[in-house]
Formats: sequence, structure tokens, C-alpha cells
Amino acid sequence: MAAIAPGGSGGMESPQARGVPGGRPPGLTLPIWRWVILLVAGVYFLIPLWAALRFAGIKALGSVVTQAGFGDALWLSVRLAIVTTVITILLMLPTAVYVHLRLPKVRRLLEGITILPIVIPPVVLSVGVLEVAPAYLKSTPYLLALIYVILAMPFAYRAIDAGLRALDLKTVVEASNSLGAGWITTLLRVVLPNLKTALLSATVLTVALVLGEFTMASLFLYQTFPVWIVVFDQTSGQISVAASLDALFVTWLFLMAITVFGTRQSRRTGGGEATLFSVARQETRGN
Amino acid sequence: MDQTVAASGAPGSLADPGASGSGPATQSRRAARLTGPGVLRWLRRVAGIVPFGVYVTLGLVIPMIAVAIGAFQKPNGGGFTMDNIKTATSGVYLHGFEQSIILSVVTAILPGIFGLLIAYAIFTARRGAILRRVAITASGVFANFGGVPLAFLFIATLGSSGLVTQWLSDLGFNPYDHGFNLYDLGGVAIVYMYFQIPLMVLVILPALEGLRPAWREAAENLGARTWQYWRYVGGPVLLPSFLGCVLLLFGSALAAYATAEALTSGAIPLTSIQIGSFLNGDVIPGQENVGKALGLGLVIIIAVAMVFYVMLQRRAAKWLR
Repeated sequence: MAAIAPGGSGGMESPQARGVPGGRPPGLTLPIWRWVILLVAGVYFLIPLWAALRFAGIKALGSVVTQAGFGDALWLSVRLAIVTTVITILLMLPTAVYVHLRLPKVRRLLEGITILPIVIPPVVLSVGVLEVAPAYLKSTPYLLALIYVILAMPFAYRAIDAGLRALDLKTVVEASNSLGAGWITTLLRVVLPNLKTALLSATVLTVALVLGEFTMASLFLYQTFPVWIVVFDQTSGQISVAASLDALFVTWLFLMAITVFGTRQSRRTGGGEATLFSVARQETRGN
Repeated sequence: MDQTVAASGAPGSLADPGASGSGPATQSRRAARLTGPGVLRWLRRVAGIVPFGVYVTLGLVIPMIAVAIGAFQKPNGGGFTMDNIKTATSGVYLHGFEQSIILSVVTAILPGIFGLLIAYAIFTARRGAILRRVAITASGVFANFGGVPLAFLFIATLGSSGLVTQWLSDLGFNPYDHGFNLYDLGGVAIVYMYFQIPLMVLVILPALEGLRPAWREAAENLGARTWQYWRYVGGPVLLPSFLGCVLLLFGSALAAYATAEALTSGAIPLTSIQIGSFLNGDVIPGQENVGKALGLGLVIIIAVAMVFYVMLQRRAAKWLR
């Protein structure tokens, strides 16, 4: 209640005052309306976090690290994250670059394919994978990494694609070629450095996905970090809640760091803001 | 195939020399496209996307085909049968589909609208502003947040002894006395919005950025009021993208498994949970493949939604260039 009152009175006194000093064209902002929406959103998103924090207690946040099985579970998740990320980048980067340069008509198809894993239920994919995977793959947790590559595709592809578009790839590559650079030199010394931000955000999104994925890991019976969170401490739940919060905050900090870093860099190179996801934009340009 | 096309093309151009004005150059180029070397060149062009294609085929297409085939097979490698489909579309499983669809529709439309409003609020903030940065990265995190941690969060908040539940009972309104239950469909819907709203923000922001300030200015110069701008310009331009994003949310809600499983310990009749229980070995003998039939059902529902999505995006693309 107390939080709403100042926002409301602030809106009352300054609907005009606020638009002008910002230098924004009048009519483009709806200040009161905007603050109400963000306030409601803030309440909905922050109260559960706070409730969880209170339930777990601040001390539990640190004590997660010392629990039995924490190390093994985290190490498995980290290994999976590394393998997944390496395969994802090795697979998606050349494909995206190639399609941008040589097969622009295929881009639309590629966007369609890479969005599929968002909507194909992981449970159903698990059924299929367990059905067809050869035995030697089923006996290793790295089968999970291979499938996570598929799950990470929507985010990784979009991050890389956004980076490629900000770059004006064609001009850059032609310039590099006309200065006598071969393909490999161009890729490694011209394209890659320019895609640092895009690759970084693709990496973080992939890592976040792997570190948080529960459905497949639990169905395949591997104790990754998210599965450990549940299996461990089923009685009090405090450690589980604390571990969940830890994971959430760490991911968030990473993403914040990347967008700050990325925006600063792209401002220098004259590109756009670092974005995490873009669907409509790509489809429009591919047209 | 290529041979015959080339053969029929050649006499045509011989018989009609005047028609192909630019002469031998065009002719040889056309021949190159249609004959052996042309195919080779085409193969070389496509070679760059072969690894990706192979990976997707192995990791996505073949498993999904296996599910589809299994849906029509008797257990233990038996022959063709429709029994799985019949079981999957009756009784508790039919109920599961109904509940899943209701839940997905609700958690697509409400977060869709709310997410659009939030995205617009973020969008009108200055580029690079701290609010915008926090909101966008938070969306990235929360959209991927789900499963057990999310369930814990809400049990601590709206569970029978959760924080908000206690606040409300202190105010004399215990939601559990008024038909609320975190562990039924309504409760699950509230929890789903926690990742659905951020997902909406992420996918609709690019569409909002496609709204040109120039359109707004033009409308205002012509004397349009704010509501008129939205009614006649912004709304119609945004509508296809908005509906497309809502369909994406629908698919995402339908596919969600971990959150509902963790929250209700699998007690809620949703199709994805029912499939999961088949994988966990919770099976009546003779019904081993019903899980695949359920999976096929989910995929078909989502495929229908995706066809709509693609059609809508194509319409949206016309305006957002």
C-alpha cells in the first residue's frame, strides 16, 4: 500500500512535467500507466523471491556449497554445460554465417527449424530419444549434452543471428577478401572478433539452460544440479530453496554483465543494443 | 531426371534462336544449372548446412518419428494397432488433454496481454536505461526458470503456510477458505505465468521495436489521438505478431512438465505429466505405447498451433520491414 501511494501522487502532479524534461516527443510515454504496470510486475516477480529468501534464511544461501553431493552434481552439470556449449557454437556459428552469406533464402527455414525445440515437449523428445538412442549413448550422461544442443538451438541461433545482422557480414567479408585474406583468416580474424558479444550471449543462454534443465535429466536418471536440488533435502526444503535462489541470482548476474558489456561494445562499433532474443525481426528481414 | 530436362531444353533453344537474345552465355548458364555440374554446384552450396541438417535429423526428427511410429505399435515390437490411440483419446487421458489445453490457453492469453504491457513499458524507457537493462535480463532469466526451484518459490509464497497466504489471512481473507489451491489447475496457472510473462516480453519486444516512431508522428500530424493511433495504426500492425507470440506461449505451456510435476508430485491430470509417468515405468502391461500416442497427440496440437504461428508471422512481416 505504502509503495503505491507515492507513485500515484507522483503521477497526479506531473503528467505534463514528466514528458517534457525527458526530451521525448510528447504522447510517446504514458508515465502513470507505465509505473503501475511495472509495479504490479515487480510485486508478482519479487514477492516469491522474497518469500523464498525468508523461508530459506540468508545463512542457507552460503551453506549450500557444503552439502553432500553438491560437488558431484555441480561438476556433472558443468561438464554437460561445457560439452553442450562447445557443440552448439561449433554447429550453429558456421551454419549461421554460411546461411547469411550464401543461402539467404534458407534463413526463414532455419528460423522455423530452430524455433521448434521451444514448443516440442521435452517429455515427448525424451520418449523418442530413449527409443532410438544406441545403447552406448544411453549409458553415458553425455547423451544429455547431445540433446541439450537441440534444446539450446532457439536461443543460441537467435543470439548469433542477431550479432551477424548487426555486423553487415557481407560487406565485412568482401572487404576482407579483397584485401587478400582467405576464408579461414576471414572467419577467425574478422568475423569471430566482431561476434564476441553474440557468442557470449549464446554461451550464457546455453549454459543457463543446461544448468537449469530438470525434465530430461530426471527422466534419464542422471543427478545433475537441478535434480540434486530436489533429491537432496526433501524433508526441510530449506537447502533446496536456497540452492534455487543461488542458481537464479548467479545466472542473472551473468546476463547483466553480458548485456552491459555487449551494449558498451556495440555502441563503440555502431551496432544496436545487445538483445537476448528476437523472433519477428529476423523473419521480417529474411523476407 | 536432370538429363531429360537438359535434353528437352537444348532443342528448344536451337529451334528458337532469336528468343534467347543474349545467346550462348545464357544458354550455357542454364545448361550448367540443370545438368550434372549444376547438381554438383548445388550440392556444394548446400554443403555448409549439412552438419546442421544431420544433427537436427538425428536429434529431433528421428526421435519424433520413432514416437509417431510407436504410437501405432503393439508393445514389445508387435504389429500395427489403433488401441494406443483409442486409449489415449478416452478416459483420464482425454481429460488430461482437456485440462492441458485449458491451462495452456489461459496461461497463453493472460501472460500474453500482461507481457505485452510490460514490454511496452520497457520499450518506452530510454535505450540503455538501467530499468530496461534489468527488465530484459530478468526476462531472460525468468523465462528459463521453471521446474522445482519455481515450485519451491511458490510453495513458500502461496502454499498453505506461505508468506502471502499468511498476509492475506492476517487481513481476514485466507485464500484457502475461498476455494484457492496452489496444487490444482488454477494454482498451476498462477505459477506458469512466472515464466510465461517473461517469455512474452522477450519475444514481443522485437515486434514493438518494429513500430516506427514516424508512423506515430504521421498519425499525430494528421490529428489522431492516442486511442486512434492504436486503433487504426499500432494495433493492426502489432496484432499478427501478438497473436503469433501468444501461440508460442501456448506451445510452451503445453510442453511444460517439470514445474507441474514438482508442484503437484504428478497428481494433476496434464498430458505432459501423464507421458512422464509412462517414462518413469508407471505402466499397466499392454499399454506401454500409450505414452507415445499421448506424445503424438501433444505434437499434433502444437503443430496446428505452429501452422497458425507461421501464417501470422508472415502477415506481420509485411509491415515490420
